[in-house]
Amino acid sequence: MVNENQCNCEQAQEEELYDKLQEIIKEHKGKPKELIMALHKAQNLFGYLPHKVQEMVAEGLNVSLSEVYGVITFYNFFSTVPQGRNDVKVCLGTACYVRGGQMLLKKAEKELGIKAGETTEDRRYSLGIVRCIGACGLAPAMLINDDVYGRVKTTKMIEIIKKYE
Amino acid sequence: MVKAKINNVDVEVPEGTSILWAARKANFTIPTLCSHPDLVPGGQCGVCVVEIEGIPGLKRACMTPLGEGWKVHTHTARLMEIRRQLVELILSYHDTDCLTCIKNNNCELQTLAATLGINTVEWHNLEERLPIDRSSVAIVRDPNKCILCGRCTQVCSNMQTVNALAVNHRGYSTVITAAFDTGLGNSVCINCGQCVVHCPVGALYENSHIEKVWDAIHDPDKFVVVQEAPAVRVMLGEEFGMEPGTLVTGKMYAALRRIGFDSVLDTNFSADLTIMEEGTELVSRLKTGKGLPLITSCSPGWIKFMETFFHDMIPHMSTAKSPQQMFGTLAKTYFAEQRGIAPEKIVSVSIMPCTAKKFECQRPEMRASGFQDVDFVLTTREIGRMLREAGIDLNEMPDEKADSLLGEYTGAATIFGTTGGVMEAALRSAYFLVTGRELESIDIAPVRGLKGIKEAEIDIDGLKVKVAVAHSGGQARRLMEKVQDQLRSEGKSEYHFIEVMACPGGCVGGGGQSWGSNMAKRARRGESLYAEDRSLRYRRSHENPSIKVLYEKFLGKPNSEKSHKLLHTHYYKRSTVDGNIIAEQ
Repeated sequence: MVNENQCNCEQAQEEELYDKLQEIIKEHKGKPKELIMALHKAQNLFGYLPHKVQEMVAEGLNVSLSEVYGVITFYNFFSTVPQGRNDVKVCLGTACYVRGGQMLLKKAEKELGIKAGETTEDRRYSLGIVRCIGACGLAPAMLINDDVYGRVKTTKMIEIIKKYE
Repeated sequence: MVKAKINNVDVEVPEGTSILWAARKANFTIPTLCSHPDLVPGGQCGVCVVEIEGIPGLKRACMTPLGEGWKVHTHTARLMEIRRQLVELILSYHDTDCLTCIKNNNCELQTLAATLGINTVEWHNLEERLPIDRSSVAIVRDPNKCILCGRCTQVCSNMQTVNALAVNHRGYSTVITAAFDTGLGNSVCINCGQCVVHCPVGALYENSHIEKVWDAIHDPDKFVVVQEAPAVRVMLGEEFGMEPGTLVTGKMYAALRRIGFDSVLDTNFSADLTIMEEGTELVSRLKTGKGLPLITSCSPGWIKFMETFFHDMIPHMSTAKSPQQMFGTLAKTYFAEQRGIAPEKIVSVSIMPCTAKKFECQRPEMRASGFQDVDFVLTTREIGRMLREAGIDLNEMPDEKADSLLGEYTGAATIFGTTGGVMEAALRSAYFLVTGRELESIDIAPVRGLKGIKEAEIDIDGLKVKVAVAHSGGQARRLMEKVQDQLRSEGKSEYHFIEVMACPGGCVGGGGQSWGSNMAKRARRGESLYAEDRSLRYRRSHENPSIKVLYEKFLGKPNSEKSHKLLHTHYYKRSTVDGNIIAEQ
């Protein structure tokens, strides 16, 4: 959404973030073995790992870009897309899967207009999958930020999601 | 030495020998899919598992050194069943459309499935088809054929140190792609094609120009000229079942004439020309002391490698074009003029041991003739396919000669096809250009052979010229880092002249050569080129009579203004992210 009155502080903030990234890279400079650590810190900083960050980390740590990308796409923890303000996670562990978790996911994808692993354009929601959150008795379960919802029905699901701004 | 029993047969092998090789010594072949003599075994495929008495579990033969007194079993009922299951699982996510696959009859997976006696695949093929990566002008990648053995990534990262390909994503989604999944054409890939020649299946192959070349040949309005690189004449025979390294120059000319090329010429001619231009450049740099070391520019894989990772070396690069491109320019200028053919009617085809040549011919600056200088590039594999399509067996061909104007060559040109050859050829002529005398011993042994970085020192009238030769991206990187260090700390390098080829063994080990290459075969092809060199009347580029005529009639002298316009080029700085040009130097 483009708002005419919107300030450009987001851009200014991002520049500041890149300064901080330089500091992180300096700490791990030329140490390929500390790649995951550096990426972890970088993601905490940006919320995700944009291409430019990956390129800078690769150059700074003297690791090839393809290896950095390989590591990022391997670990579930790392994300290459910006995260939304609210993190919606549908459980697809065995119990939830059997009790209709897949249906919940499909519904969420349809309602939010994004696929699992993506973020809505207004950055309000990110949608993801988890494999068991230990709430099997409440299957199918869903997690929004730190709140757990059990026995979620596809008809009620969107109401719950809408509560999160 | 280690003594052990393999399937009750006694073997004795040096310590550290893997069970895989030890078994071959006992005349048992353990099937494998990912292991390759050029590479460090990684144990990805698991097909080579064996049982060892007293050791629980199964061991991968490729990665396990044979131990003293071991009793190893390689083909028990259990192992054969496990292997069959493993390969069936691979086949369950493999696109098994073998008849239309580029690797049909050359596929290691196909052979393995037949060897293991697999008749049916019990698992359903669940994978959806993934898009084929056609973003590169040189190399196509079909992820549906990929079995994730990891040979290509190992070649790309360890042997070539390019790191264009890597294993990305996870589990069922695992794919081998360039960073950001942008395709090889938008990556640091240098188009060397080593991944292609090492791939056991049909997941990597050249971007084929066969159809376009047939169209040109069948078009009566076009005059199609063809040039063949030195390394092709010692390789093409293998496509027709001959021994590795068989020299087939005359048969190759005959076959090319028979499939309809209008004029059969030779890249070796322009290799001699490259020496005249590059040798003259070397002599002038030796005299002024500026721009040393001079570095060769024949290998287009090396050129992109240098532009991407070592662009501070651009001032050291020879500005002479590669033989392919010199030939291309001359075909549409000098040759067209002499033969009275309109250059726009000429279609210039080259046959190369190389996939990077496909990239080189499409570089925007390679249009000195006013047209794209070289229109199409065929790899050795592609011309083998075309000859078979046309019903021609190379074995049955008579020995013919190349056409005149751009066909005559010397021994110096033919050794371009193996590592150290350009260096040796350049030194033979540079010595003459400086001293006016010929080198006493024409064979410069220290720059020959397949060992890592080779060094030599030649005395040219009191000036000790130190040279170095590197082949493969990894060795080029090591050598360039050394030169960079020397230039930074001392302001000059110990070397005067450096030859770099992007592929192991030089062009005889190129990415466009036939499938199933290894160091021993590359060595035999190289030896064969040296044998041809010895057999020729002229062995120094400056003695080539056609080259003398070319300078008299057309170019003037080496490094003349006309030569510079037509036969020299320039280089770009490239991004280490996507390999695109950053700024012109």
